[in-house]
Amino acid sequence: MIAPRFSFVGSGRPRVDAGDQVSGRTVFADDMSLPGMLIGRQLRSPHGHARITRIDVRRALALEGVEAVITGADLPITYGILPVSQDEHALALERVRYVGEPVAAVAAVDAETAARGLELIEVEYEPIEETASIDEAATDRVLIHGEGLGRNVHRAASLEFGDVATGFEEADHIREDVYDFRGSTHAALEQHAAVASFGTDGRLTIWSSTQVPHYLHRALEKVLELPAAQIRVVATPVGGGFGGKTDPFSHEIVAARLSMETGRPVKITLSREEVFYTHRGRHPVLMWVRTGFRRDGTITAMHFRTHLDGGAFGSYGLATLYYTGALQTTTYRIPHYKFEGVRVFTNKPPCGPKRGHGTPQPRFALECHLDAAAADLGLDPVTIRVRNLVEPYSTTVNYLRITSCGLRECIEKVVAASGFGDKHGKLPPGRGVGLAVSAYMTGAGLPIYFNDMPQSEVSIKVDRGGGVTVFSMAADVGQGSTSVLATIVGEVLGLDPATLAMVTADTDLTPVDLGSYSSRVTFMAGNAALEAAERIRDTVVAAVADELGTTRDVLVVGDGRVGVEGAPEKSIPWPDAVRAAISRTGPLAASGSYTAPTLAGPYKGSGVGISPAYSFSAAVVEVECDAETGHVRVERVWLAHDIGRALNSLLVEGQIEGGVYMGLGEALMEEQAYRGTLHRGPSLLDYKMPTFLDVPPVESILVETVDPEGPFGAKEVGQGPLLPVIPAVANAIHDALGVRIDEVPITPDKVVRAMRDLARGGSGRVGPASVPEFDFGRANRVAVPEGLRP
Amino acid sequence: MIDRILTLSVNGREHRVLTPDHRTLLELLREDLRLTGTKHGCELGECGACTVLLDGTPVLSCLTLARSAEGHAVTTVEGLAAGGVPAPLQDAFTRLGAAQCGYCTPGMLMAASALLNSVLDPSTAEIQEALSGNLCRCTGYGKIVAAVRLAARSGR
Repeated sequence: MIAPRFSFVGSGRPRVDAGDQVSGRTVFADDMSLPGMLIGRQLRSPHGHARITRIDVRRALALEGVEAVITGADLPITYGILPVSQDEHALALERVRYVGEPVAAVAAVDAETAARGLELIEVEYEPIEETASIDEAATDRVLIHGEGLGRNVHRAASLEFGDVATGFEEADHIREDVYDFRGSTHAALEQHAAVASFGTDGRLTIWSSTQVPHYLHRALEKVLELPAAQIRVVATPVGGGFGGKTDPFSHEIVAARLSMETGRPVKITLSREEVFYTHRGRHPVLMWVRTGFRRDGTITAMHFRTHLDGGAFGSYGLATLYYTGALQTTTYRIPHYKFEGVRVFTNKPPCGPKRGHGTPQPRFALECHLDAAAADLGLDPVTIRVRNLVEPYSTTVNYLRITSCGLRECIEKVVAASGFGDKHGKLPPGRGVGLAVSAYMTGAGLPIYFNDMPQSEVSIKVDRGGGVTVFSMAADVGQGSTSVLATIVGEVLGLDPATLAMVTADTDLTPVDLGSYSSRVTFMAGNAALEAAERIRDTVVAAVADELGTTRDVLVVGDGRVGVEGAPEKSIPWPDAVRAAISRTGPLAASGSYTAPTLAGPYKGSGVGISPAYSFSAAVVEVECDAETGHVRVERVWLAHDIGRALNSLLVEGQIEGGVYMGLGEALMEEQAYRGTLHRGPSLLDYKMPTFLDVPPVESILVETVDPEGPFGAKEVGQGPLLPVIPAVANAIHDALGVRIDEVPITPDKVVRAMRDLARGGSGRVGPASVPEFDFGRANRVAVPEGLRP
Repeated sequence: MIDRILTLSVNGREHRVLTPDHRTLLELLREDLRLTGTKHGCELGECGACTVLLDGTPVLSCLTLARSAEGHAVTTVEGLAAGGVPAPLQDAFTRLGAAQCGYCTPGMLMAASALLNSVLDPSTAEIQEALSGNLCRCTGYGKIVAAVRLAARSGR
């Protein structure tokens, strides 16, 4: 096979918007200012759980400069990102459920007047019993949603694929472990911000730092009771998302309502403290796992239990719950697999999706568990993994379709590059290496709300000067989606991607894309862009064939020309080709779309985890640990990632390095921590995250498997590379010190405790002893897919 | 609240602004002068996003009173490019992918520019130290260090 030659695909090219970024010209939401614009602020609950017994806004309204004050009564309709979890009010009605929940809002002539207005709002609360943890939620307490006493269970799941009892009978060795992942937050540098403007024509426009303009559009339609056709949502460049700007938010709805109330534009920008309360970050998850192995390390069965602390509302939580059980099977063949999970409500800011959405927690558990099992069996970490690897083009026991899969190559490459074999168990005390692997979805297989329409649509229009404009609702959240779409269209049309006009993330102008979440944009919007570009190219080629009196099959598009390959005299410049096409067939425009194939398995919950393709990663982390202070210093990280095909190697490396960084932060320091229900430190000083001084060199290795369904073979990279980093750190610490820290983040105090335990003759383990009792009921038994039956 | 007229030199231009006495330099730049290239991530001096130069020295504009900048030369990201030509530092950030979401970028550029004004060819450790007060959540910092090194070698 001759490798295809690409003009733009593959090479490391700067982002198309880099020029604006480095000159301060990128306009983020808070950079906007409109004539007559008011500043909105929200009053937030000081209680974790309380009834609102009185709320009086008259003094605030009387303050000069305050133009409007609203409360929960002004926005009585509930919303939520998932159709099954419509449990949020933009402003609390009757009850507050976490410290920091918005209760009322003010629009005023400036920020200071708005702040003084908030102080004049009188709210009386009657505190009620709080639920602060997974353990507490497992006992009967005052219900957070509903009345009376009970367990604060949001949702539970129990699925059994095959027959784990049989699988455990076939095992030579069975191991059980308990793990705790404490949860973290996104802490994007840009605080959430939105500007809303309700026009005299009855149309509402909102500019917001959101990853999901389409879903925000739907939420505004519902809560504001405005026809969707009268709402325009524009996603401004997102100053970091990581999943933290993927829900419809109170401040967006409130800004819109305040603008409708005042007839003036209203801007709300959250303070950093408010961002911590808005949260939607990584769920704390307590996990129990039991796995059966043959002597050679082959897995015979696995039983995985998860307990998620969801915070006060649903958000994406139902999906998160299933994600904690879905992807274990995408790296290892597990012939019999049982998953039980429960998500509870607590009186804390709602958790949601953060990079890896519900899968970094079980991946941490699984990869540490496998290392521990390997030690039991006298195997090394590489052997036990390779023994169980999924095969390319196979189906997992829970009906996930695996297509291209370069996991084996990823492992081989990181092991070789890091010298893992020469280092593991052989470095001096205090130094160690750890290995872990993972897989992630390239786009969720299903939209968030049921519909038969495409998951992504892209339109292209070409003007008479040859200028190409690409329209897509995909929001660039820093991952470079706009540049990726430009690369795809540029490649097809033979035009420099930097010369294309990109119109994105505007519900008035662009056809629907579901949003920048679940690592879906390159694959789904990319395929839609590819289809639209090919339609434009075909129309132009047909016209040029006619113009030159030749046939289409001899014509090529490239270098800004259309014509016969290798015969410059028989080719014409792109603008002339465009004009030839418009002369013959009229306006030159085309659309393309992408809909994922039907992939869901025959069971309830099968919509979560399916994806048209999976990326795969393997990481080796080398650490140096101080046994006295418990300080862990990461020396180096090697990360191999199966990207399918890199459309832009510079952006791919950037995602890998960023994912590694975020994984290291979660592994060693980041925690959204509370005292009871009160955030322990809602600031960037108290919420520890890695600085320039904390990050090691990262060696990125790209593995290209050319996925048959990806655009030019591409798969995701935004989320996958984070996943193996956290367990690889934990495994490296074990290699360095002989201690097992089964709780993330692995802070120095835990390492010191484990070292003391080891010195006293203990196992040197720090982590939870057990998971709470919970009756998951009878599992939904699902027969093993056809091809996997013995 | 007392308003006063401040005279400030920003990016080589004199501005006279009637503004509250307690205005921070960050607020004055963004709200009074509409120079929104300078960002904010915390307004408490924790993230470095609001870094600007005061007589060539990096300061956190969120913790600097505007009136204390009177009589000093303020440089913001908008003042980095001379005559519309990107500075080598800006060019290096572009070429090496040192900006992802771009939100921390203006602050990074200003802190890095101060470093390169005082150290001709800084080592990796010097760059990391100089920029350690600036947080980035996207890049993992590696490409930023590489961009600063490249800019140093290509004459700032």
